[in-house]
Amino acid sequence: DGSDDNEEGSAVENEETAKGTDKGRKRAAPRTRRAHARGRERHGDEEDEDDEDGTRRAGHRRHRNRRRGQAAGNEASDSDMEPAKARKNQANQKSKEDDEEEEDEKGGKGGKGKNEKKGDKKPDKKGKKEKANKKKKDKKKSGSGSDSESEEEPITEEELAKLKEEVEEKKKLIATLRNKPWKMKKKLSVLKEAQLFVEKFEGALGKGKGKKFYAYKVMMTKKWMKFQRDFENFKTACIPWEMKIKEIESHFGSSVASYFIFLRWMYGINMILFGLTFGLVMVPEALMGKPYGSLPRKTVPRAEEATAMNFATLWDFSGLAQYSVLFYGYYNNQRTIGWLKFRMPLSYFLVGVGSIGYSFMVVTRTMAKNANDDGGGDDTSFNFSWKMFTSWDYLIGNPETADNKFASITTSFKEAIVEEQESRKEENIHLTRFLRVLANFLALCTLAGSGYLIFFVVRRSQQFALEGLENYGWWERNEVNTVMSLLGMFCPTLFDVISSLENYHPRIALRWQLGRIFALFLGNLYTFIIALMDEINLKARYLLSFTMFDEKIVKYNMTIWEASLYNGTIPENSTAPPIQVDPADVPRGPCWETMVGQEFVRLTVSDMMTTYITILIGDFLRAVFVRFFNYCWCWDLEYGFPSYSEFDISGNVLGLIFNQGMIWMGSFYAPCLPAINVFRLHTSMYLQCWAVMCCNVPQERVFKASRSNNFYMAMLLFILFLSTLPAVYTIVSIPPSFDCGPFSGKTRMFEVISETLEHDFPSWFGKVFGYASNPGLILPFILLMVLSIYYLNATSKSYKEANLELKKKLQ
Amino acid sequence: GAMGGSASLIPRDLLSEYQELTFLSKQEILLAYKRFSELLPKEERENAFSARVPKSQILTLPELRANPFQHRICHVFSTSETRDDSMSFEDFLDMLSVFSDSATSDVKSHYAFRIFDFDDDGTLDRKDLEQLVNCLTGQGEESRLTSAEMEQLIQNILEESDIDKDGTINLSEFQHVVSRSPDFASSFKIVL
Repeated sequence: DGSDDNEEGSAVENEETAKGTDKGRKRAAPRTRRAHARGRERHGDEEDEDDEDGTRRAGHRRHRNRRRGQAAGNEASDSDMEPAKARKNQANQKSKEDDEEEEDEKGGKGGKGKNEKKGDKKPDKKGKKEKANKKKKDKKKSGSGSDSESEEEPITEEELAKLKEEVEEKKKLIATLRNKPWKMKKKLSVLKEAQLFVEKFEGALGKGKGKKFYAYKVMMTKKWMKFQRDFENFKTACIPWEMKIKEIESHFGSSVASYFIFLRWMYGINMILFGLTFGLVMVPEALMGKPYGSLPRKTVPRAEEATAMNFATLWDFSGLAQYSVLFYGYYNNQRTIGWLKFRMPLSYFLVGVGSIGYSFMVVTRTMAKNANDDGGGDDTSFNFSWKMFTSWDYLIGNPETADNKFASITTSFKEAIVEEQESRKEENIHLTRFLRVLANFLALCTLAGSGYLIFFVVRRSQQFALEGLENYGWWERNEVNTVMSLLGMFCPTLFDVISSLENYHPRIALRWQLGRIFALFLGNLYTFIIALMDEINLKARYLLSFTMFDEKIVKYNMTIWEASLYNGTIPENSTAPPIQVDPADVPRGPCWETMVGQEFVRLTVSDMMTTYITILIGDFLRAVFVRFFNYCWCWDLEYGFPSYSEFDISGNVLGLIFNQGMIWMGSFYAPCLPAINVFRLHTSMYLQCWAVMCCNVPQERVFKASRSNNFYMAMLLFILFLSTLPAVYTIVSIPPSFDCGPFSGKTRMFEVISETLEHDFPSWFGKVFGYASNPGLILPFILLMVLSIYYLNATSKSYKEANLELKKKLQ
Repeated sequence: GAMGGSASLIPRDLLSEYQELTFLSKQEILLAYKRFSELLPKEERENAFSARVPKSQILTLPELRANPFQHRICHVFSTSETRDDSMSFEDFLDMLSVFSDSATSDVKSHYAFRIFDFDDDGTLDRKDLEQLVNCLTGQGEESRLTSAEMEQLIQNILEESDIDKDGTINLSEFQHVVSRSPDFASSFKIVL
């Protein structure tokens, strides 16, 4: 007992006698009194500063000593509590002392905790208290109210409210315990005490009218918290590939691992998209729609039947693959299908729009979260300090990687020191400027060249298609895809060479490089789309020279042909049984949506193949060559050229982003795209993980990916926006093919919405919707949104300025 | 297998308390328990809760093996009374909690400060900073900075971070600098 609280020594001795009697009194009502006393004691310590009531003060001292006495373990009633707790209390006292001693020594200006503690210490010479007391500072006055013995007298309303507040405080303390930098023992004892207090007084608070409801509420809250915790555990357990990524982190550091984390996040998004398209579009059509072969649009035409099942045709996604749920053209335009009356066209439309909406939401939410974590953002005022304190990557577990990291840190220190000294040196600005302008010019030329090449190749493929693809070999058939993939492979290396002219700081050079690669991919993608649209228009014009007119011609042809089957007699009324016509023989209208879908699918597949082959040849074979031919080669292959390859983070991330852009663009026309992408990402993860561990070496210059994290997200958002433009354009402006797909027969695809409103909703709903879509309402709404964006922008600017002001004041 | 076995060795209420008091999930705590008991000799594995693992054993963990601050980490988290830097299971959990992904930047920076404070005096003075730089540049002689470079470096650091110009960096200055860094939370991470 005497070991604690030296400052209180005298007070303790005075109360020594009182303690004996207190102990006796205590036995009568052991637990509650003790617990209550503990709670009161906390207030009591604050109370002493006010010193309102002398008797209360003595009473509090008694309570405090009671607690000390109890902690010494010499209470009989202690035995029914867990002995461990008493031990812990004792140990806690000791470790608390140790902690407080440490922190006193650490003194200085002190962190938050220390300042508060100092504040406590000065007015109150009583010395050591539990840190929990700080929370009670604002409860000083309210503490005085809880003087009365709760168990023996009825509680007044005022006291009830104050008790409730205390209980809430304790609960808050429990919730934030893990944030405190204390040792586990101390945390455990504080937790136990707080939990006991809450338990005791939640029971007491329940007295009165609302008792049952209150107890029920408390139980539900507890159950809910437990459920939340279990759910969090479950979610963590569900995260795939955790071990793989951890291994990569320990070998290569967090920047390479960030690529794989990004890949995993993309996989999650694609799984959701796959779930939507598979569950709401493909499966209902497969189960409840008309089966294969029942309609012309669902059957392989007679002409192609012979080759429909060949592997080459299937790989090309024509033949049987084309006339299946995988593509737009298979779906029927019946308003409802099956016994569930499933609205197929509506579902198709909503899934398309919903996928895009979901993607926007997820990307924006992740960006906002990253922006929050980013904090100050691009602050260069702590350059050296950050290098010192934050450059070591604690995830590194491999000695070789650690050596690399040491080397890179040393280099960066030396560089930064030199840079700091040379920052005022006059350089040959003109030469540098000229070189940079030249480099940019060369980059622009490359971009223009690649764009033209794609355009040219797509045009050529149109000609091939017109002349019939059977006459040409593999190269001509796959020219477009191969060219695009090859450009994506070689141009970034070219940009790398060009950037050596520019002589920028590596981080800035990386930004330029990323920007150029981005422009390259974007340019390629859009050139491809424009060329494709051109092709569609050309085809449309060729086959349907006058859209409506030709539709009638084809229909007329079909009627004539049907009539011919009746051997010239046209049935007068429809009572004559329809002649069984094999749908495979019916002439078809063109179906540009399926064509577009097919193009995207082929592009995705060829992209996937190119990536895998690049990995196998570029990384694996290279590593094998360097490893085994090193013995019989003139120069050291491992240190000179070619040596092992490094993992190209930015290239891979950009490839991933653009692949996703293609998926977003094409999934409206080919519901199978998300499924293919899920498969692709899944195999990519395993292949790249293996390749990285087996063939790559850690990078020499280790760049933290975290700073670029929002850069990649911003690119993803931009790509998402650009990818949805073509789909939106086609939905709104281009009439759907009349002979295939769920929207055939309508003038515009979005008419399915108005149709649904007409048929499935009560009439007043349609009226309301009609009023709501009135431009008179929509324009003011848009105006309101613009104004709120402006307002929020202004507020956030003012916050940033206030932040800067505070920063300056601190310095 | 082993996971199921170790689950029965931590009493459920203690497990839920640990979950409450650390940033670790249930699986992480169980995994920590498993790895911790593997560091103990077979006889002591029954009372893993009261056993202490000597520093030399802790440093064999692959996560700490290559870390230049391994000794400081053991020292800071150890509650050993004999100051031999041995760690109990609760110390181990404390360490993992601070280094976990969900720990707040406040907690991390608090402990980072203590780890970098080589002489345990509550501030980072020149000697601490020098030792810190030497840790970061590796063991080899040729990779160390020259004394002129070291001088320049420490001068720059103090210019940036020492707000009250007393020649040392205290906890709040340290936290102020480090909380602004976007890399800190993601690099100050150890996962079993």
